[in-house]
Amino acid sequence: MSKNKEYLIKRGNSEYEVIIGLEVHAQVLSKSKLFSDSPTNFGAEPNTQVSLVDAAFPGMLPVINEFCIKQAVKTGIGLNAAINKKSIFDRKNYFYADLPQGYQISQYKDPIVGEGSILLDLPDREKKVGIERLHLEQDAGKSIHDIDPQNTLVDLNRSGVALMEIVSKPDLRSPEEVNLYIKKLRSIMRYLGTCDGNMQEGSLRADVNVSIRKTGDKKLGIRCEIKNVNSIKFMQMAIEYEANRQADILEEGGSIDQETRLFDTKKKETRSMRSKEDAHDYRYFPDPDLLPLELTDDFISKIKKEIPELPDEKKKRFVDKFKLTPYEANILVSDIETSKYFEDVIKNSDIKLATNWVTGELFALLNDRNLEISQSPISSKNLSTLINLIKDGTISGKIAKTVFEIMANESKDPKSIIDEKGLKQQSDPKEIEKIVDDVIKENPKNVELFKSGKDKLFGFFVGQVMKKTDGKANPNLVNDILKKKLN
Amino acid sequence: MSDIINLTLSALVNKIKKKELSSQEITSAYIARAEKSKDLNTYITTDFDNAIEKAKKFDEKGNFDYKLPGVPIAVKDLFCTNNLKTTAGSKILSNFIPSYESTVTQHLWDEGAILLGKLNCDEFAMGSSNETSFFGNVESPVGKKVVPGGSSGGSASALAAKLTPTTIGTDTGGSIRQPASFTGTVGLKPTYGSCSRYGIVAFASSLDQAGPMTQDVSDAALMLDVISKYDSKDSTSVNFKRGDYFKSLSSNIKGKKIGIPKEYRVDGMPKEIESFWQDGITLLKKLGAKIIDISLPHTKFALPAYYIVAPAEASSNLARYDGVKYGYRSEGENLISMYENTRSEGFGDEVKRRIMIGTYVLSSGYYDAYYLKAQKIRRLIKNDFDDAYKSVDAILTPSTPNSAFKIGDKTDDPVSMYLNDIFTVPVNLSGLPAISIPAGKDKNNYPLGLQIIGKAFEEQNLLDISYSMEKELSFKNNLQDWWIK
Repeated sequence: MSKNKEYLIKRGNSEYEVIIGLEVHAQVLSKSKLFSDSPTNFGAEPNTQVSLVDAAFPGMLPVINEFCIKQAVKTGIGLNAAINKKSIFDRKNYFYADLPQGYQISQYKDPIVGEGSILLDLPDREKKVGIERLHLEQDAGKSIHDIDPQNTLVDLNRSGVALMEIVSKPDLRSPEEVNLYIKKLRSIMRYLGTCDGNMQEGSLRADVNVSIRKTGDKKLGIRCEIKNVNSIKFMQMAIEYEANRQADILEEGGSIDQETRLFDTKKKETRSMRSKEDAHDYRYFPDPDLLPLELTDDFISKIKKEIPELPDEKKKRFVDKFKLTPYEANILVSDIETSKYFEDVIKNSDIKLATNWVTGELFALLNDRNLEISQSPISSKNLSTLINLIKDGTISGKIAKTVFEIMANESKDPKSIIDEKGLKQQSDPKEIEKIVDDVIKENPKNVELFKSGKDKLFGFFVGQVMKKTDGKANPNLVNDILKKKLN
Repeated sequence: MSDIINLTLSALVNKIKKKELSSQEITSAYIARAEKSKDLNTYITTDFDNAIEKAKKFDEKGNFDYKLPGVPIAVKDLFCTNNLKTTAGSKILSNFIPSYESTVTQHLWDEGAILLGKLNCDEFAMGSSNETSFFGNVESPVGKKVVPGGSSGGSASALAAKLTPTTIGTDTGGSIRQPASFTGTVGLKPTYGSCSRYGIVAFASSLDQAGPMTQDVSDAALMLDVISKYDSKDSTSVNFKRGDYFKSLSSNIKGKKIGIPKEYRVDGMPKEIESFWQDGITLLKKLGAKIIDISLPHTKFALPAYYIVAPAEASSNLARYDGVKYGYRSEGENLISMYENTRSEGFGDEVKRRIMIGTYVLSSGYYDAYYLKAQKIRRLIKNDFDDAYKSVDAILTPSTPNSAFKIGDKTDDPVSMYLNDIFTVPVNLSGLPAISIPAGKDKNNYPLGLQIIGKAFEEQNLLDISYSMEKELSFKNNLQDWWIK
């Protein structure tokens, strides 16, 4: 494969490298909130998933949800990260209508998870991206400005929901690497069952830090933080726009202001939200309502035992054991459901054929209909049966595609489709011989031409046999018999 | 009827259990007296009609095995009470009716007690004289225009004036013990983590602790039995084995080692307080205790550290009162001006002062110099006590450096007001239990208290020492009922 093309911004004679770091906010997969027992269901009626604690009534106190702690530790282990046995919940103080306490409970100096890493599969190599930290924090509620013309309405359903903020090191260098990073992170968390990674529902959002520097420079440039971007596409657009904006400024001899920016999804541009001078002073201090969180070795080792095979290991197994190419393995392991489906298919069928059918026909079908693999109209069992029918010669690859189409629409098992539609391959040499004889008899001129050296006419005869059998004749047999008869 | 109000809590409980008195008789007696004592301004909210109803029900089919069977009790208005206005002495909560009950008050009702109403206090428990309440000053029954102390001033005044047989307060820097000292009553601040903070309007979370305010030490033990329980809803609640305090009360303190800290002999302390302290020492010796001079070297830093830590936490705890969800709201052109109007109008001066101090000490650039340093001092103060407790079982000090003062005397001088807490604050900073018991009266006939500080979770020891002293001191308030109308 060709070498990864470097992503550089060119201005005149200058080339700029783009330095990107991400702060991903991933909603912890948990039935109840971080410090209260309210449910976390998405899409519920506004203000129906709110306890007195979430709404910050006087005298209400937070109590840590142990499950959320487990989920964070699990994620930390999945990111090859150090688990901090002692961490501290701090208060981040600021006023906003959808922040009922007037502070967010977060972790500041002592997060639950320390340094780790994620492996990206670039076309030409693997790249390790550093994780700075992972900490737990509460989500805020939601301010709704467009229902009532006079007032802002507040929905506190999200208030207190557990988030993991996963901070990367500034190791990313292009929009494509950001794409791979987010996908890999999401993949790992889905394997672990710690975050559903659903970006439409806001379960995964990111603040994107972007700076640029001339190629060869060692010192990092001044960065801008683009807040709360909620799709990979928007992240990529925002980076592209922001890197070019910064290059324009530097090229004109200007300097970058450290600031927080917003990405306007309609205009596809970033714009200033607040400068460094206007930055909030959050007055972090340890939350006196909560004791420092101390984890025992036993607690951590129990969680370690629950860690499933993660995408990197699975990929290695697929390559080593199933002899897949790294590319194929990557495609199959990136989504845990896909990998499960694939492993179900190959339990009883040919690996090579299964790889082709899953990554080819099945992916095309799902893509076409915009379905997740879990919604596939074709079960792994039926696909496995279909592959075996090809393998044992019951149907040809071509017929199999027809059967696959019917399966996609009717969700039936391939055997009954083949029986119903009479699609079974004709593999009886005697019957094929009879048809071949008929064809030769009906086309004396062509037989003569073929024998006089027009080899290309062989295909004509095959076509005629297929026509007579509605394409069901076993193509290998047809070839063999035709060759014998014509020569 | 005058007999009823002169009974201690434990005596009342006995009479109810023996059916010599009905809950209704007792409840009516206290209500009648409260109706005639309005000038003291002890109540913010009364719930008398309901109380009578509940008393009737109790008499009909109550459980007489309860620890507080049919006993009417008024509580500090910092405890959230289901369906009854809870104001924390502030305009910003002046219309707030909780839909829930604090754990501590729930324990009272679960043992058969009946709520009389909510007692006045300094706004958000910030004050030492009950002069910061939005609902006005409370007068102490010990003298005309005299403050009852604070912040549990309404509780202390109501208890001393016999408007409730017992009460509960909260103590963040002395808010139970100082008013107890000023009113000739007993005030106990339990070890931090003993009584749940769930449902108590927070002032400074790492210091706040609820506790009983009672007529005598036995009553304090009885009340502690009821309210000191582990609560999973408060993450700072401690699941330790609690004693059977009331039953286990003993006046034998022979051989107990009592420390006398030299740092508590502060400049300008009135001679009579010094002499009360000395009398206490003499008494303890007579009771067979061993007196040991000790040093708590970081004591002088306690008050400054407290006035950084407590406001810091308060500035954050009080952020929720923003006019958005509940409580007082003053409209504005936009969100920010609504916040500004609401909080400017809703909070009083002392609360604003502490929010500003707290915000300042947590600000970037000042955090290390103030908040962090104060936390370090806090640890040093705790270490002082830990060291002292290697050689003593408890520590005796005066409760306050002065007796009660006149309303208005210190309102213009916050620092002199803060100095009231100089002996009580180190205890909160260290999380230790302490009790104030009345020891005598000064030349104005105002009561004075002695404070006994114990080891963490050893409330029984504290109660035993004060119980034995109380017997010998036989303090009597002898109030003249001058406020009755």
